[in-house]
Amino acid sequence: MGLLRYESQTRNPLVTGHKTYHQVTEDIVRPIEAKPSKLWKIGFTISLFLLSFGAYSVYRDVVYGIGQWNLNKTVGWGWDITNFVWWVGIGHAGTLISAILLLFRQGWRTGVNRAAEAMTIFAVMCAGQFPIFHMGRVWNAFFVLPYPNTRGPLWVNFNSPLLWDVFAISTYFTVSLLFWYAGLLPDLATVRDRAKEKWRKRMYGVLSFGWTGSTKHWQRHESLSLVLAGLSTPLVLSVHTIVSFDFATSVIPGWHTTIFPPYFVAGAIFSGFAMVQTLLLIVRKVLSLEDYITLEHIEVMNKVIVLTGSIVGIAYITELFISWYGQNPYEAAAFRNRWDITTPLAWSYYLMMSCNVLSPQIFWFRKMRRNITVTFFMSIIVNVGMWFERFVIIVTSIYRDYLPSSWSTYYRPTIWEVGFYMGTFGLFFTCFFLFSKFFPVIAIAEIKHILKKSGESYKEGVGGIETQAPEEFAHEQAHAH
Amino acid sequence: MSVKKFVVGCFDDEAVLFPAVKKVRKAGYKLHDIYTPFPMHGLDHAMGLRDTSLHTAGFIYAITGTTTALGGISWVFTKDWPLNIGGKPHFALPAWIPITFELTVLFSAVGMVLTFCYLCQLAPFLKKHHFHPRATDDQFVMVIECTEKTNEDEVKSFLAQAGAKEINVQNAETGWWLGRYDKDTMPFQVRKEKTAFE
Repeated sequence: MGLLRYESQTRNPLVTGHKTYHQVTEDIVRPIEAKPSKLWKIGFTISLFLLSFGAYSVYRDVVYGIGQWNLNKTVGWGWDITNFVWWVGIGHAGTLISAILLLFRQGWRTGVNRAAEAMTIFAVMCAGQFPIFHMGRVWNAFFVLPYPNTRGPLWVNFNSPLLWDVFAISTYFTVSLLFWYAGLLPDLATVRDRAKEKWRKRMYGVLSFGWTGSTKHWQRHESLSLVLAGLSTPLVLSVHTIVSFDFATSVIPGWHTTIFPPYFVAGAIFSGFAMVQTLLLIVRKVLSLEDYITLEHIEVMNKVIVLTGSIVGIAYITELFISWYGQNPYEAAAFRNRWDITTPLAWSYYLMMSCNVLSPQIFWFRKMRRNITVTFFMSIIVNVGMWFERFVIIVTSIYRDYLPSSWSTYYRPTIWEVGFYMGTFGLFFTCFFLFSKFFPVIAIAEIKHILKKSGESYKEGVGGIETQAPEEFAHEQAHAH
Repeated sequence: MSVKKFVVGCFDDEAVLFPAVKKVRKAGYKLHDIYTPFPMHGLDHAMGLRDTSLHTAGFIYAITGTTTALGGISWVFTKDWPLNIGGKPHFALPAWIPITFELTVLFSAVGMVLTFCYLCQLAPFLKKHHFHPRATDDQFVMVIECTEKTNEDEVKSFLAQAGAKEINVQNAETGWWLGRYDKDTMPFQVRKEKTAFE
């Protein structure tokens, strides 16, 4: 929640269009109460189609085994793990926006945090599918849980980064979900109290847990949000750190690197913000929420993109430098497989470089940061680049191993590997479409909270009756004890 | 559970509500609660509510998570099934930091949310008394409980003077959700309920 903070008068408003509290409710709840638009129906149908294609691919994985993927002698991790890391990375922006920006008291997060958090949860759901089905015998997936069993008990290896991943991803998913849903309770109550149809009142009554808006409940809610933000901040940094440990703790040249944790975290924020941009640019247009997700919001997110993109760029160059400076022939060979344009996969390295490092540099220009078409285009470019980053790290490091006779096995994905990936897009967008139809995509209570500080209009005094401004009141009460 | 009477005043501007809260406290009426569409900083202090100790609960859950992780892994790897991994020490503390951290966060977050729901009595399928449907939209709803000393009309005119736009009287059954909190720090005298044994 927005903490008590000083709002600069020179800053542009975060909520435009002279809103009142009631109008805020109206604007944000309108898409929920209206019939789904044609665009929504088309999008939802495409998502369901992708989801069923993915479900069929996964069904084949289970029936025929992952032999139907083109993994070979040297490439044991291919598209599957690339997609896993890519989705987990995307799942970082939501918690970053809601937790870290809450601690940094960034008012603009209120407009985008709800949708970004939802996106996080769906992205982590998609990510989780890949390691689970990569296990092959997926019905034994519960073996990763440490529980007393009849096999010894044979415990899981707590020293293994793959097990750390199990804990990190499941904790991250749970905590993000709780944080998101706790924030949703008051807004679902708003929808419930406006509902005219009986089924809607009942449905949102159940979903909102009987929230009343009592001052004591708000007090606890604030405390809960703050502590969850404090917990999520190191959590979000730990998740991609641990994902990078999957690679960094191995002895494969190209993976065995100490800069992986910060490099992966920066990359995750980079791709996560790009995905937030892609989704929010569509959402603000389709649900006409331009007053809440303003150009101001888009601009600050583009600033984050150019910053994290440049951090990622420094990491790429550092890696390259060390491969030469370290004078390790294996490390040098691993990187030669990336930069040497005569090698079969060099194109992916240069694609990654141009998408992630060069193209975001246009965001140094204010005009570009505030251009919606450019932003939308760039948000997709960045995610293509980030997918190729993971592909480069994973596949180019292992497709030519120590034994040149196995080099000829060039790795190409099968249709079922691609299908699985498409299926997660289906899952992601199906969830997101349902979310945008049934849940408030903007945190209503939080927007109201900043409205008088950052809204375009401030209310005039009410004649005759004593009034007191919220900031002044909060300040006075904070020192009353 | 007994049915109690409440005078409900709706304010449409928080700037009017704040001085009104102070006036109600001063006049000595029994302020039941204020329902607002978004958190109002300072309102809890103005109402005389004590600070929440939810964060302390969160800390306790967190250290429970830490000890569970460290205790569990140590027992497994040093007592129950010590594995010789290249002759390295069984008690490999640095390698356990990630899982210890994750369980600390997990226990704390889950515990806190459950405690929050318990304290606020929030759960699906729970029926509660809502004093005003727009308390979650744009109204700030102040609810004053009527004791046998309270003059209903006096409270009504008092609220009107303080700036409340819509004033009515409602009966609601008291239950845990109506709030029994912070009696000790309430400035007004709380009447002790007479029981059959007295």
